[in-house]
Amino acid sequence: MRVKSFFSKKTVALSLALASFAGLFSGCVGSDSDTKAPETIAITNVSYDPTRELYEQYNKLFAAYWKKEKGQDVTVTQSHGGSGKQARSVLEGNEADVVTLALEGDIDELRKAGLIEDGWVQELEKNSAPYTSTIVFLVRKGNPKGIKDWDDLVKPGVEVITPDPKSSGGARWNFLAAWAFFGKLTGATEETQKEQIKALYSNVTVLDSGARGSTTTFVENGQGDVLLAWENEAFLSLKEHPGDFEIITPSLSILAQPSVAVVDANAKKHGTEEVSKAYLAYLYSEEAQRLAGQNYYRPSNAAILKEFDTTFDLQIALVSIDGDFGGWEAATAKFFADGAIFDQIYKK
Amino acid sequence: MKGKITRWVLVGLGVLFIALMLLLPLAAVLVYALRQGWATFLSAVTDTYAIKALQLTLLAAGITLAINTVFGLFAAWAITKFRFRGKQALTTLIDIPFSISPIVAGLVFIVVFGRIGWAYPLLEAWNIKIVFAVPGIVLATIFVTFPFVSRELIPLMQASGSDEETAAALMGARGLRIFRRVTLPHIKWGLLYGVILCTARALGEFGAVSVVSGHLRGKTNTLPLHVEILYSEFRLTAAFSVASVLVVIAVLILILRNIVEHKLKREERL
Repeated sequence: MRVKSFFSKKTVALSLALASFAGLFSGCVGSDSDTKAPETIAITNVSYDPTRELYEQYNKLFAAYWKKEKGQDVTVTQSHGGSGKQARSVLEGNEADVVTLALEGDIDELRKAGLIEDGWVQELEKNSAPYTSTIVFLVRKGNPKGIKDWDDLVKPGVEVITPDPKSSGGARWNFLAAWAFFGKLTGATEETQKEQIKALYSNVTVLDSGARGSTTTFVENGQGDVLLAWENEAFLSLKEHPGDFEIITPSLSILAQPSVAVVDANAKKHGTEEVSKAYLAYLYSEEAQRLAGQNYYRPSNAAILKEFDTTFDLQIALVSIDGDFGGWEAATAKFFADGAIFDQIYKK
Repeated sequence: MKGKITRWVLVGLGVLFIALMLLLPLAAVLVYALRQGWATFLSAVTDTYAIKALQLTLLAAGITLAINTVFGLFAAWAITKFRFRGKQALTTLIDIPFSISPIVAGLVFIVVFGRIGWAYPLLEAWNIKIVFAVPGIVLATIFVTFPFVSRELIPLMQASGSDEETAAALMGARGLRIFRRVTLPHIKWGLLYGVILCTARALGEFGAVSVVSGHLRGKTNTLPLHVEILYSEFRLTAAFSVASVLVVIAVLILILRNIVEHKLKREERL
């Protein structure tokens, strides 16, 4: 008797679960039309690692703005990870309405796949980069290894933490900044640049897949002597752990322009084109620019950037991807494609 | 006397090892979770995203459990009570999820159901989303926990052989009746054990689910993924608070298992 009841309970549980499974699929079928409901609208922002805090605040700011403008409640679903990884997931079917990634190149992959229309870079001001950043060093309190510039990173015994340029946008900026510095040394040739870069990467003890992973490795897990970090990420670490770290600004770095774009194909499908466009355009408003500055991103609005001149080292020499590397297409082919310079120096 | 010393040394070593490898880290999770007091702990655990993640995890585990139990029973039944060609191959195939890396399990689904996957146009036409949505998470969980039930059952059913079923059949019992009155009493233990292991694994699955999730907050984040997100947001205490929920669930499952085991054992003796 007991055996029997045991079995029948099971059957009930099973059929319940199966029913819910079926409901799950049918639920998904219907969900897309919901987004057209007038009083609420939902969009998905697939972003890169260090923007978590910025967009958490910006989403509230934008929701208030949109409510006032259109009387509509907008909810933004966030997703964060290494920039390349995130672009990949959108490419594979993660239906982002907007992408706010670390690199123009990552977003351009989506254009090549036909998800974003041609000419997206010109869609918004400043090459669709509403805020910029640069690459700095984060070292432990008192700078025990005496790190001041890029050439200190190749010294034996210095442990460097940086993410993998293959999967992380920030890591590519790191790599290019170092490359630019070694190129400006007297008597530099491409061969000496390769040697120096190789020496630098042989000092890398942990190569995480995203910028935030590297920060956690350095800050929380206490690995390494120096972290090559986004300026905003470095400031955030100082804020989280006051008194434990110092920021070192190298003599030369790179102007990092994280780009934003509407994923046209998905927005069209979800009927969210208008709100998606507004979401990105509002990033250029004074309030949003100030919010970016408060989150240690350099506002692209020059007047607002001035307000933060005590925070940022505005004197730092910055090379740029377009001016010094011939744009992302060329830089990717030369440095990060399969078998390109990064693969060559990292292999051995 | 000598035997006694050996015994104590062995027991001591065993206890020490378990304490160092299992109890200490688990205790550390709980201590870390509560280091900023109950208020912080509660706010992390009752956070909207945490609750949604928990719901998703339970949903995925529930569906997984149901499907894998049914499948495990069928598979074990087929393999042990019947003779057919390719039986050995089937047994090996069932074990694939044990030997395959979770990332491969995840990527498999991306390749099939993702935007560049071959099933995508069909799914698109029907407006069904699999990867980067809840069904993908369920599928990935089912995949990695596939063998648990059948793996527990096969040896048991093999040991009991098919003589009793044959006898029952000769006496005129039909399939379902044979199963309920003859087979199930033999295997209920193993079945329960497999189901419990399957649940525990399904609740904690990280790797394959991480690949197909897309990490959309409040939508496709399971509890283990939520722990990772909190961890990378410098919210260590919150991360450990949520992790401790997983630990507590795991401990509860183990206690449940022991109670059931104990009960069944006693009933069997009567």
